[in-house]
Amino acid sequence: MDSLAWKNLLHDRVRLAVTLIGIVFALVLIAVQFGLFLGFWETSGNVVAHNSADLWLTSPEIPHVNGGQRIPEKRRWTALAVPGVEKAVNYIIFFVPWKLPTGAGESVQVVGFDLNTGYGGPYNIVAGSVDDLRAVDTVMIDDIYCPKLGVKRVGDSVELNGHRARVVGFTHGLRSFTTRPYVFTSFKNAQNYLKLAEADTIYILLKAATGVDIQRLKQDVQRSVPSVEVFTTAEMARKTRIYWVFGTGAGITTLIGTVLGLLVGVVVVAQTIYASTIDHLREFGTLKAMGASNWVIHRVIVWQALINAVAGYAIGITIAAFVCRLADNTHIAILMPGPVALGILALAVAMCVSAAMLSIRKAVTIDPAMVFRG
Amino acid sequence: MIRIRNLSKTYGSGATAVHALNRVDIDVRGGESVLLMGPSGSGKTTLLSIIGCILGPSSGSVKVDGQEIHGMPERRLPKVRLKYFGFVFQGFNLFPALTALENVEMALRLRGVKSGAARNRAAELLEELGLADRLDKRPRELSGGQQQRVAIARALAGDPRVILADEPTGALDAASGSQVLGLLSGLARQDRAVVIVSHDTRAADYFDRVIGIEDGRVHSETTRIQQEVILT
Repeated sequence: MDSLAWKNLLHDRVRLAVTLIGIVFALVLIAVQFGLFLGFWETSGNVVAHNSADLWLTSPEIPHVNGGQRIPEKRRWTALAVPGVEKAVNYIIFFVPWKLPTGAGESVQVVGFDLNTGYGGPYNIVAGSVDDLRAVDTVMIDDIYCPKLGVKRVGDSVELNGHRARVVGFTHGLRSFTTRPYVFTSFKNAQNYLKLAEADTIYILLKAATGVDIQRLKQDVQRSVPSVEVFTTAEMARKTRIYWVFGTGAGITTLIGTVLGLLVGVVVVAQTIYASTIDHLREFGTLKAMGASNWVIHRVIVWQALINAVAGYAIGITIAAFVCRLADNTHIAILMPGPVALGILALAVAMCVSAAMLSIRKAVTIDPAMVFRG
Repeated sequence: MIRIRNLSKTYGSGATAVHALNRVDIDVRGGESVLLMGPSGSGKTTLLSIIGCILGPSSGSVKVDGQEIHGMPERRLPKVRLKYFGFVFQGFNLFPALTALENVEMALRLRGVKSGAARNRAAELLEELGLADRLDKRPRELSGGQQQRVAIARALAGDPRVILADEPTGALDAASGSQVLGLLSGLARQDRAVVIVSHDTRAADYFDRVIGIEDGRVHSETTRIQQEVILT
């Protein structure tokens, strides 16, 4: 019976093409919209999530990582005295004006980190190294943003908040959700670019000693330094991501797009599979008259739906992967990790089989006596 | 082989009820070929559908090989159809996506015959019906007569006890029609009966018995011997 499903599909190639176009359109829409959502989720919290520190000390009630206010740097010593804290370093993420060679202004996020520990520093470095940032007034940016920031190569001079600096390296793929590129530099340089007093920092990062319970340490630090708020790295990443992705509506928009893609897919696929079943109703009636059970009819229709799903998925996921690849060197991240690609396959199968279920009822309730009517 | 008693079929109810069959009694023996004749709407196709377990009667008894079919649960009917019946339809009802060979093979696969054996048996049947050079043709590549012969091969595939044919010559020219009637009547043998419905008056020459149906009742019954006596 499976060969009947294959041959029915291949026999009417126009209908097959229409069905596949519907499935492919829906799957590409779902993959790209959900990929955008994942891209937003990743880029809104990437620098925080990649930070290997365990705890963040911040000014109270900050909404997200870009909303920190200055806190006294000396709190670091208090935190370091808490049993279980192995390291405590200063850290800055803050918006700073950037002057383009044309004289126009841009805004960037300066990330000032401790060069010795590297907590919160750059990753995916494709040119230069963290050690190159030890020189005074040196910065590292992401190569995707070179045109936006007017940078052509390593060694170019740039201007940050009135300070001259030299580009000593590039990362690749560290996109920023806020469209303001990350500019990595030493904590000391960042202090200067922010015009921050030497005794101030924006964040203090703590590294726990091996085997220490992070949640317990968080409570201990909070008790010892009550003037700041303490978050784990995961909490800070989540707080930031939820703020940017859902607070701005970008995440909801892409999720709505994903759901719309799914609905469009179900409607198009249901319509075409239903129409295909109606077209073959006489054949199903003949099968029943010949003695085929409803199970056989189910199998033919579901098999057709599965073939449609797998073929549509193969084409759709290839197109979606191509779109993701195209976005690789742009400011927009469209992500499609393996589990999501597999999830889309499951979705395609569910979409096609559920659409087939709508038409199965029509086929199995057919009166086999119809075959005697002309 | 087939024993029908007091069979009635009513479509609808109340004032709009249509009595398609009204207390019909018929017996068909193994090896017999029977032609059901009658005007449109007389109930002959309804009768054929009920014999083939495709339609349920309103009342009465239908026994095939002594087994009562009326009242049998719906889920058991496909097995009964597979075991006892082979169908030939006016519009051939071949699967357009399948070749002649695959159409016949399908009937065998439904009966659980393995692919290789089904293919060989299907080819044998088609060769017996003169279609050895048409095995790989799709229905649209065959003439009406050839399509009906494929349909007959398909009906024969499961070696059924009863062949049921509804207007098998309805879509054929005179020459092809005669050939198909000859083929169908020749299928009746010791353990197999053939029952066909036809408007075609020429069909009467080919069958052992002609049953006239009118207004849902058996109106007349003539055996071949009686026909020959009438003709002489």
